Amino acid sequence: MAGKTLYDKLWDAHLVRSDENGSDLLYIDRQLIHEVTSPQAFAGLRMNHRLPRRAGANLAVADHNIPTKDREKGIEDPVSALQIQTLGDNCDEFKIPYIPMEDARQGIVHVVGPEQGATLPGMTIVCGDSHTATHGALGALAFGIGTSEVEHVLATQCLVQKKMKNMLIQVDGKLEKWVTAKDVVLTIIAKIGTAGGTGYTIEFAGQVISAMSIEERMTVCNMAIEAGARAGLIAVDQKTIDYMKDKPFAPKNEDWKLAESYWNTLTSDTSASFDKKIILNGSDIQPQVTWGTSPELSLNIHDKIPRKNPEYLNALTYMGLNESTSISDYLLDKIFIGSCTNSRIEDLRDAAQIVKGKKVASTIKLAMVVPGSGLVKKQAEAEGLDRVFKDAGFEWRDPGCSMCLAMNADRLAPGERCASTSNRNFEGRQGQGGRTHLVSPVMAAAAAINGYFVDVREIV
Amino acid sequence: MKKVSIINGIVAPLDRSNVDTDAIIPKQFLKSIKRSGFGPNLFDEWRYLDHGEPGMDCSNRPLNKDFVLNQKQFENTKILLTRSNFGCGSSREHAPWAIVDYGFRAILASSYADIFYNNCFKNGLLPIILSEEIIEELFTLSSDQLSISLEIDLEKQIIQDSNNFKISFEIDSYRKYCLVNGLDEIGQTLKYESAISIFESSHKEKYPWLFKEIKI
Repeated sequence: MAGKTLYDKLWDAHLVRSDENGSDLLYIDRQLIHEVTSPQAFAGLRMNHRLPRRAGANLAVADHNIPTKDREKGIEDPVSALQIQTLGDNCDEFKIPYIPMEDARQGIVHVVGPEQGATLPGMTIVCGDSHTATHGALGALAFGIGTSEVEHVLATQCLVQKKMKNMLIQVDGKLEKWVTAKDVVLTIIAKIGTAGGTGYTIEFAGQVISAMSIEERMTVCNMAIEAGARAGLIAVDQKTIDYMKDKPFAPKNEDWKLAESYWNTLTSDTSASFDKKIILNGSDIQPQVTWGTSPELSLNIHDKIPRKNPEYLNALTYMGLNESTSISDYLLDKIFIGSCTNSRIEDLRDAAQIVKGKKVASTIKLAMVVPGSGLVKKQAEAEGLDRVFKDAGFEWRDPGCSMCLAMNADRLAPGERCASTSNRNFEGRQGQGGRTHLVSPVMAAAAAINGYFVDVREIV
Repeated sequence: MKKVSIINGIVAPLDRSNVDTDAIIPKQFLKSIKRSGFGPNLFDEWRYLDHGEPGMDCSNRPLNKDFVLNQKQFENTKILLTRSNFGCGSSREHAPWAIVDYGFRAILASSYADIFYNNCFKNGLLPIILSEEIIEELFTLSSDQLSISLEIDLEKQIIQDSNNFKISFEIDSYRKYCLVNGLDEIGQTLKYESAISIFESSHKEKYPWLFKEIKI
């Protein structure tokens, strides 16, 4: 008999009931909530006189709209201020645990969850945010949902879902130094396309994934959605268990022992079969830079920008790039190191290594580092990383989503070109008319110093 | 939710693949705490020549005359024709809210991103999946004429025009049932309260740590 994949195991462990039409009722262990996709869900509860089934199974934190500087002055934009105020009020009314802006633990919901041990291996985790896939790095089934589903989970602790198919992406071998998790996931997206994972849950495996730290694995799973898959997964190993140990909301004492022995079963059986399997060799992976307006439009740093075929015309025009040129031919305006993809302590350490003792190029209008949470910021400051960045000419900001989606004041002006460690390069994503190139933290740091993209391996 | 049965209307052709939810409704409009009022900002960056912000009176804004929704023949359109991977990217349900608020009742595409597809059904919006060949045929029909009108019969799962175009489409039976009856999905799930409670007790016994409440 064929064994089970990790996805099968997680699904089966949360299956409340199955309908003959193929839709399942799935139990949800944890919901993360932020200010943008929740107000209408709370309003729905209120309108229908419903209460959360398990208020304490949720965790709310504001991140999308939040300012990243001068916080003591409050939130300048009244519309953003109202949305954040509404989140606080709703959490009060419905008794939802809430980390306010002033709290040191505030940050991007997908950084805060694992950091607090609020998201754990084996859980089903949802959030009204597509980058919920991040938590799959812990061996949890985590996916983004819409606002109606946020309300559904609040009211019932369940979701009506159809099971996806199983895809395995295996990355064998070893990465070259300075080739990062971000380059791995961008290479995967370029290979399978932004819809390549639609209808699948992707499990990432292989020597390269095993060798990664938990934070690196989060970078990979975070962008599963950019390949079309709602959920990305990585099997539990000793690193996962060590990572969870002593996290504030992680199980303790007897519970820890029970949890640990359960977590150790969270791997795909060797006899499990996948509907689709893709194999890459880690040593082939090069530092990536996206050139287009979809994450799949990515190239190796030394490759030329493609020819102007009809398919690429819109993207090349929007990005202001000429066919067959090199990505290093273009001067950058802004540098953004942050987002739920790349704002954790290891990301900042890596970028700081490149920046140390150097200066941001004079042609760069703004280079900023936005740590993923207040605790990441504090840790970085304890290690002196803030000084490294500030001495080089970077701005050192407060935590939030910031210029990944530019809902707050941090954004690109029309035509500005940005090296960004975020996850989406869609038209207007970082500001109307803004041009986003997705890269790893070390590639962004190297670009900041040079003023244009370079192969980070050639400057260290 | 309103019941969906027959949708009759003009088809607006949006000839692009991979239309993402940032393009459908840009981020600045996500600051609203309401579910309605997003229609005037649907495809804001493609539709207008200036930069849109919440609270602007859109009736005075300069229009991009080339954009499909600004062309006279597509006024009062109810059906959006587009290409593959429609609705990719962010999970924002504001995307289907804006599409419905504008007046669309159905979308025809060769594929959708999963989260967007799911969100449509919660809002009485019918996302129909058709083969690339049929989508191509509809784009050709649209470009040959000033505009085309279609009738979509959800119950019979048929799309036709007043001439010779007639095709059937597939849709998941549970989703169809909810749309046709205008059902509140939460209400449906709450019918299984006892099954949820039984599951919850056994889940708690197996994984007690999952039931520790978060306290800030």
